[in-house]
Amino acid sequence: MNTVNDRSRELAPFVPSPDDDMLICRCEEITKGEIRKAVHEGMWTMTEIRRYLRTGMGLCQGQTCAKLVKAIVARELGVPPAELEPATSRAPMRPIEMRIFANEANETKEGQDDE
Amino acid sequence: MKRYDLIIIGAGPAGLSAATTAARRGLAVVVFDENEKPGGQLFKQIHKFFGSKEHQAKVRGFVIGRQLLDEADAAGVQVQLNATVIGLYQDKEIVVKIGTEVHHYKGDAIIVATGASENMVTFPGWTLPGVIGAGAAQTMMNLHGILPGKRVLMLGSGNVGLVVSFQLLQCGCEVVALVDAAPRVGGYGVHASKVARTGVPFYLSHTIVAAEGDECVTGVTIAEVDSNFTFIAGTEKHFDVDTICLAVGLSPMSQLLKMAGCQMEDNPKRGGQTPICDAVGMTSVAGIFAAGDVSGIEEASSAMIEGRMAGIAAAHYLGYLETQERDAALADLNTALDGLRQGMFAPKNRGKAIAETEEGIAISANLLKNGYVADDEVARFPGVTHRTGVHPVIECTQNIPCNPCQDACPKGCISIGSNITSLPIAVADADCINCGMCVASCSGQAIFLVDEDCGDGTATVTIPYEFLPLPAEGTMGVALGRDGKRVCEAAVVSVKSAKAYDKTHLLTMRVPKAFAMKARFFKPTMLKAFEKCEGGVMQ
Amino acid sequence: MGERIAEHPILGVLEKGQPVKFTFDGKELEGFEGEPIAVALKAAGLMVHRYTKKEHKPRGVFCAIGRCTDCVMVVDGVPNVRTCITPLKAGMNVQTQYGTNV
Repeated sequence: MNTVNDRSRELAPFVPSPDDDMLICRCEEITKGEIRKAVHEGMWTMTEIRRYLRTGMGLCQGQTCAKLVKAIVARELGVPPAELEPATSRAPMRPIEMRIFANEANETKEGQDDE
Repeated sequence: MKRYDLIIIGAGPAGLSAATTAARRGLAVVVFDENEKPGGQLFKQIHKFFGSKEHQAKVRGFVIGRQLLDEADAAGVQVQLNATVIGLYQDKEIVVKIGTEVHHYKGDAIIVATGASENMVTFPGWTLPGVIGAGAAQTMMNLHGILPGKRVLMLGSGNVGLVVSFQLLQCGCEVVALVDAAPRVGGYGVHASKVARTGVPFYLSHTIVAAEGDECVTGVTIAEVDSNFTFIAGTEKHFDVDTICLAVGLSPMSQLLKMAGCQMEDNPKRGGQTPICDAVGMTSVAGIFAAGDVSGIEEASSAMIEGRMAGIAAAHYLGYLETQERDAALADLNTALDGLRQGMFAPKNRGKAIAETEEGIAISANLLKNGYVADDEVARFPGVTHRTGVHPVIECTQNIPCNPCQDACPKGCISIGSNITSLPIAVADADCINCGMCVASCSGQAIFLVDEDCGDGTATVTIPYEFLPLPAEGTMGVALGRDGKRVCEAAVVSVKSAKAYDKTHLLTMRVPKAFAMKARFFKPTMLKAFEKCEGGVMQ
Repeated sequence: MGERIAEHPILGVLEKGQPVKFTFDGKELEGFEGEPIAVALKAAGLMVHRYTKKEHKPRGVFCAIGRCTDCVMVVDGVPNVRTCITPLKAGMNVQTQYGTNV
């Protein structure tokens, strides 16, 4: 088991930091402090952090902040960032309106070249 | 569900190269790209590429982009634009958003060539309008013809930061500073030098303290950092800028591969999350290949070769090529790719501090710290020699895979030899005919034609010049040194433009002969007056 | 800010579409058909595209290639339109986006 998933270990207590109000996730407006606190509340994986805070769940789908969040979480856990598994990748990989997501192209009307 | 032999995701240099290669072998190929236009980032690359002939060295990126499109077209590749791939599954099924519908396609093989995304750094004010990625600056000025800003601070001294800084200067922006938290310049020294000699100050071991402004950027403060990247009090410097440009690296955009279940690794030498591929670029999922930056951050030249390799591998995977044919084709491509992966900046050397060239010459400390080779350092390099009459002075001081200068000279004045990364040597007994081909062919703009003593107390220095307006013959101005500081007065003797120079003009200036080996850039005096009233064209 | 490049030393003179009029927050502006809305706005000197939902902070163009979604605005009544990759058309109604505007 790697250190990230070893939930039996104790993290050092959360200590506020002067740059805790630094915005990290630009879309959902999540700060460094919120991410750091989340780790101390038990959110140790990128997937958990994403679900809990919505970092990377906004319009850009984590294009900008994923690496930044990873670095913060890793530091808080005291592990190298490379050891942190990135959050699950799943469709839709890009922002898409639900009405389009649900709008399957009609195969029969498609010609050889689609559209 | 429509089925193709090969589906390629991404119409950049890797994707297009892969598509053409595979289509030529008879595969039915479709390329999906989410952008309105194909070519990936190539059409924003306006500098001449490095490498050798087989890597299309000294051809500008956007010209290579056009060639790739023409080739893809001729090979019968179907490129579907505005087509966003929103899912890739293990069974090589993809879901694509086109217009207001989602389409499903199945590929017997899939090549993922999605490229990279820009890394970012945070500092107070980093979300203000006016803080932009370096890619955004390139997109604005080189695709859409608009200045990203008037006064720009660049953060990042890798090749992207250096190249984009030069491009900003070329379209008339003022670059107030080039800043990097690292203690040494990350990109090619020649890229740094062409920026430094125009007068842009480099601040290594510095980073941004904060961006200022309420509604948008109006200024920025930087400060020096120690070896732990902690700010050193009292070293703050403030600049009035309207734009802060971030060029702090790229990360592979590999989420689709992860989604498809490909085995991934976090590999810092490749820039982050990358698929684990075999020798031909196939991921752990049979029939899914990766090529270009998505499989590890490198130059576009490498991406094109990787694309061709993946195209070959996919053709073989689907039975369009015998194993022998594949291996023969791959051997050539491997040699070409290997050529690009040599030298100080090779992926294997990433992060290493290199003190000496392959020839055993100490690297210029000043180049790494300030972006230019100091006057007292330049003489130790083999391209810098003294001769009677006009001769090339080659200020190429790092081992990079590039050799067009050797081929450019019809008289054999420049020699690199068979090792593409060797430093160019000024050949002692060859006769320079002052044709200027070396100056124009040097992608790093590091070659000058110098006549150190014209017999009347003056010298002439011919420099590559890619700025507007082009000074006319007789224009008076000042010569700037490698450090971008005023050296002496100078007069333009001639400005040569030729098709073979490909938009690199050859500006020859006359200077007092004492400054022949110091004067490396020309700044017209008229422009100086213009600057004062218009608020800055070129620093 | 807001300067178009008349002639580029390498790229020459850029070919643009027809000049077209559009409105930004009720003001009439001009741009070139087919260029990204954000470019036309930049030419007019505009920096702020939207204000965020939680903190009401200004945002503008950041990545310019449709990735970061910071430049989204309300275009013809539709919110969250990435102006850096959406081509300008004559008569478009472009508005500053406040929050998510939905």
